[in-house]
Amino acid sequence: MQKNKGNPAMTATLVEKIIARAAGKARVTPGEIVTCKVDLAMILDSGGPRKIWPRLKELGVGVWDPEKIIVVSDHFVPAVDAETAAILKLARDFVREYKIKHFYDMKGICHIVLTENGHLEPGMFACGGDSHSTMGGAYGCYMAGFGGIEMTGVCITGEIWTRVPETIRVDWSGAFNTAVVAKDVMLFLCRQLGMDNAFTAIEYGGDTIAAMSMSERAVLCNMAAELGGETGVIAPDAKTLAAIRAGGTEPKPDALSWRSDDGARFAARHNFNAAELQPQVAAPHAPSNSGGVDDYKGVKIDQAYIGACVGAKLSDLQMAASVLTGRKVASHVRLLVAPASQKIYAEAAADGTLNILTDAGAIMLASGCGACAALGAGVLSEGETCISTTNRNFKGRMGSNQASVYLGSPYTVAAAAAAGAIADPREFLQ
Amino acid sequence: MTATTGKAWCFGDEINTDLLAPGLYMKSSNEVMASHCLESVAPDFAKMVQDGDVIVGGHNFGIGSAREQAALSLRILKVGAVLAESFARTFYRNALNFGVPCLFFPEYKEINQNDRLKVDSVSGTVENLTSGKQYRVSPIPAHLMEMIVDGGLMPHLKKKFAKAG
Repeated sequence: MQKNKGNPAMTATLVEKIIARAAGKARVTPGEIVTCKVDLAMILDSGGPRKIWPRLKELGVGVWDPEKIIVVSDHFVPAVDAETAAILKLARDFVREYKIKHFYDMKGICHIVLTENGHLEPGMFACGGDSHSTMGGAYGCYMAGFGGIEMTGVCITGEIWTRVPETIRVDWSGAFNTAVVAKDVMLFLCRQLGMDNAFTAIEYGGDTIAAMSMSERAVLCNMAAELGGETGVIAPDAKTLAAIRAGGTEPKPDALSWRSDDGARFAARHNFNAAELQPQVAAPHAPSNSGGVDDYKGVKIDQAYIGACVGAKLSDLQMAASVLTGRKVASHVRLLVAPASQKIYAEAAADGTLNILTDAGAIMLASGCGACAALGAGVLSEGETCISTTNRNFKGRMGSNQASVYLGSPYTVAAAAAAGAIADPREFLQ
Repeated sequence: MTATTGKAWCFGDEINTDLLAPGLYMKSSNEVMASHCLESVAPDFAKMVQDGDVIVGGHNFGIGSAREQAALSLRILKVGAVLAESFARTFYRNALNFGVPCLFFPEYKEINQNDRLKVDSVSGTVENLTSGKQYRVSPIPAHLMEMIVDGGLMPHLKKKFAKAG
């Protein structure tokens, strides 16, 4: 770790630039409290209309801008009982009542659906009603997660206060070894940087990140939430612009100007060498409780789960398929796969990935948050052990508080599914 | 809810949102969710907690999900304040918006389970009535104080809209 000697009077980080613009100021200083105008507010079936609508009625007010509020139903999909059916119906009724322009009902997990549809652009200030809204930062915007009570305020006023965070810069250089991916980076960083980086933003950079796909960069920003950060960001480049165009939006001419100034002041700088990283596994009950996969080899599993915003993108399913080609899931293990969106599901069907997974014995589930947060199919019983591509393994996260959840990359989870116990994915890719 | 006197409930480090608001009950009513608050670490907490009691946590209290139920459950159980060495951002914001004062309290290890505490979040004082020891803490940030005094975001907005008439 080294202290940066930039001139704080002249320079700004990417996060400071976005907040300054949203706050209508020439510049902002870390620690300063500002009120920002929100460019996009994403609310969800779980903590959105269900929580916000009764409050709007109680206050006798409407929403600030039905074109800037995006509603996504992804947490309780598809309905499994009267309670979840009522929650999903309420979201549909809310959309109709307030004439919400963009509604994604059972199309996939919110953070994925936003980018698939070109909603995020560099320089935006966005709020989401889910902690992993930080994932949007991969598109060079500031996107942070807030509870339903604060999203109520955003939906009414279009504004939110924030304490300008300091930025921690994390650089990676070099190439990864076989079976090492962004998920391994984040399980390693949870251990290295801790999960208590509150009131800071994490900015990722370096040639390793430049070489990463958007799908992999998104993992880094998604799990900035596990680092406890306000958000995670990556400055946009040609890949970012291509991804925005793929979502049907033409990026603004100044899109690439959203980056930290040379010499900008960071609270801390960390430099890591990608070639030194091994596949990582986090043991119960925290993502920071992680180590090299060798430390956990042989831990017997009952379930392997490939799901969630962070771990069921097309590239994640392809990683799992590369391990499972010509192999079978161990007889005592159930492998559950919930593609992160309907679009990903279709793409995985078209390119043959789904065939490989189901031939191996995978059970396909609907696109949604599902078992990751004990909301849908695939929850765990007492005494069961699961390895999962998801982002959290707190006690009770995936069901019983007497279950054990390990976290790993799609390579590592697929290898465990085939071996019946945690295994080194490198041995499956030779 | 700016001053409270009650019993201390000590929970230690890294109390996360899955402990405060277990995912299995996310589809349930706020009241049902509150009845399961912290049951994985203190099975009787929701049953035994009294109006005005104080939660004492350690490092990174509230890490995890943005789910508002993690903070709302404490409001429903009428917890008077949360003292912790440090807070996770979303929990901290949610709690203040529900009118549950959160105060940074580095001396949390000096508090024992069942100590009687008197906490004033406006003046920034904590008194341990059991040990007799007094502490100064940073009060709630000034820009949020009015909302806390009003009892949270909803009463605060009601007042604001009534004034705007």
